[in-house]
Amino acid sequence: MPVEELRILTRHLGQPQVTERSGYEAVGGYQSLRKALAMGPEAITAEVKASGLRGRGGAAFPTATKWGFLPKGVFPRYLCVNADESEPGCFKDRVLLEALPHQLVEGTLIAAFALQASHAFIYIRGEYRAQRELLDRCVAEAYAAGYAGRDILGSGWDCELIVHGGAGAYICGEETALLDSLEGLRGQPRLKPPFPAVRGLYGQPTVVNNVETLSNLPYILEHGGAAYAAHGTEASPGTRLFCVSGHVERPGTYEVPMGRTSFRDLLELAGGVWGGRQLKAMQPGGGSMPVLGPEHLDVPLDFKAVADAGSSLGAGALVVMDESTCLVEVSMRLVDFYHHESCGKCVPCREGTYFESQLMHRLEAGLASADELRTLADICEHMDGRCFCPLGDTATWFVMSAYRMFRDEFEAHCGAGQCPVRAQAGRAA
Amino acid sequence: MPETASAPAPVALSPATLERIRAARDRYPSSRSAALPALWAAQDQLGHVPPEAMVAVAAELGIGPAEVEAVATFYAMYFRRPPGRHFVQVCRNVSCALRGADAVLRHLEAELGVADGGTSADGLVTLESTMECLGACGGAPALQVDRYTVENCSPERCAALVERLRHPDAASDGWEAGH
Repeated sequence: MPVEELRILTRHLGQPQVTERSGYEAVGGYQSLRKALAMGPEAITAEVKASGLRGRGGAAFPTATKWGFLPKGVFPRYLCVNADESEPGCFKDRVLLEALPHQLVEGTLIAAFALQASHAFIYIRGEYRAQRELLDRCVAEAYAAGYAGRDILGSGWDCELIVHGGAGAYICGEETALLDSLEGLRGQPRLKPPFPAVRGLYGQPTVVNNVETLSNLPYILEHGGAAYAAHGTEASPGTRLFCVSGHVERPGTYEVPMGRTSFRDLLELAGGVWGGRQLKAMQPGGGSMPVLGPEHLDVPLDFKAVADAGSSLGAGALVVMDESTCLVEVSMRLVDFYHHESCGKCVPCREGTYFESQLMHRLEAGLASADELRTLADICEHMDGRCFCPLGDTATWFVMSAYRMFRDEFEAHCGAGQCPVRAQAGRAA
Repeated sequence: MPETASAPAPVALSPATLERIRAARDRYPSSRSAALPALWAAQDQLGHVPPEAMVAVAAELGIGPAEVEAVATFYAMYFRRPPGRHFVQVCRNVSCALRGADAVLRHLEAELGVADGGTSADGLVTLESTMECLGACGGAPALQVDRYTVENCSPERCAALVERLRHPDAASDGWEAGH
């Protein structure tokens, strides 16, 4: 049987005027908010717990558990929506922001009510300027309809909803850096603990949730947590919006049930490897995650199964690389990215990514010696687990996993004077 | 456009810009939180954020100019010098690189007569390829012109883009995300 998408999160995708309030209401939009206000915070949290929903930003932490960490009776509290999508290979939040912005606004308000937050902030990356302006319009429509602001739908609950534009800093996707940025500071990570749930924005209890996580709430409230969970498996409940890119026939986002779908299915949905070529490698999760090979195609899209295979579902990406790909070059691109985005707060990351980048460029050009390759591995080993935040740690994961999996290819670059993969394929530099 | 008069007086933020900054400031629980929105407002008016604008923003938010400068210099999207009339960002991260981003960049450099990171002599375009992944991997290779994403950038598409930028009536509005 051909693999098919299961559209839960994206069930309203492409319906007429669904980016406008009237169009969204016409497909049942904001009914879940009304229901939530009648249910009360505890019942909402119970439903989210029953759904088994886990964070879609990359860490996959159970959402209801995260909410439960807020200390009782401490107010004001804040909700921050992480729309700082910038993991290489990820573009699912872009789709949700562009095509279903009111679903996010509704999900945000449901979560804010469950948390009894006085303010909800949607932190959207600076590059998504057009999407930010669309969201601004949607928020204004929500205020006009009484869904946000004072005495929301006559419930007596007040909540301000603010769209906050970033300005080009990958690190602000890290939740504590996001909080500093939102406070008007340089976006650098904070030491944890204390965790944001205890001391977050302005030192108050704060929850940071991803766009996709919150966009699932209207469905969960409408159909119940159990119905949502049933779409996936017990260990990986619900559906997920995966971003497939690279060497495939039809790059794009595909919503599939978790656990019951494999990498092979996802690749098939995207039309397979382009031009009938062979698969060489794939990177699940986004730029930070370790590489997998063709032997992992039948691994199910399940948190544990992918972790057991040595990688992670991360933020829901799948970058596909065909047989002509040079893994040294791909590693160099990613290392350059982390070098550019290192915030400079801690030495292992700031200096480590610099040295990594220098060595990767020499290696890619075939100028590095075998000693330099060993130095590269040494630097990565000394960075991983020793950086202040995950940016520096993950700046080593792809390159080191690729080095382990394609050791011959890395070694063949040493002293070759050019990229041997490219030379063999007859491609120009 | 940026004020080019030689007068050393602080750059005046327009009443509309000040209104935007104050409206942002008054919405947050702490006025400092309006630093990013305020810098955006200043840049929207001036095209970049000169030191005088940082001083003006600081005064509105009740914080020190150095604190505003610290923020303005941390985030890659605030220009400290006037860029070209259009800002073209060519994504060269993994997904775009796998589908020919380098060729797109070389093509644009040749068509525009400007090196990566530079501004064309006529001030039309600033070209940049060192930045974050644009989050448009589904349409790789992708680039962004001002606020609009251009996906599946073939050489023909690049040529059409340059032609359009060069046309006197070219306005960046009209590119829609996803096209």
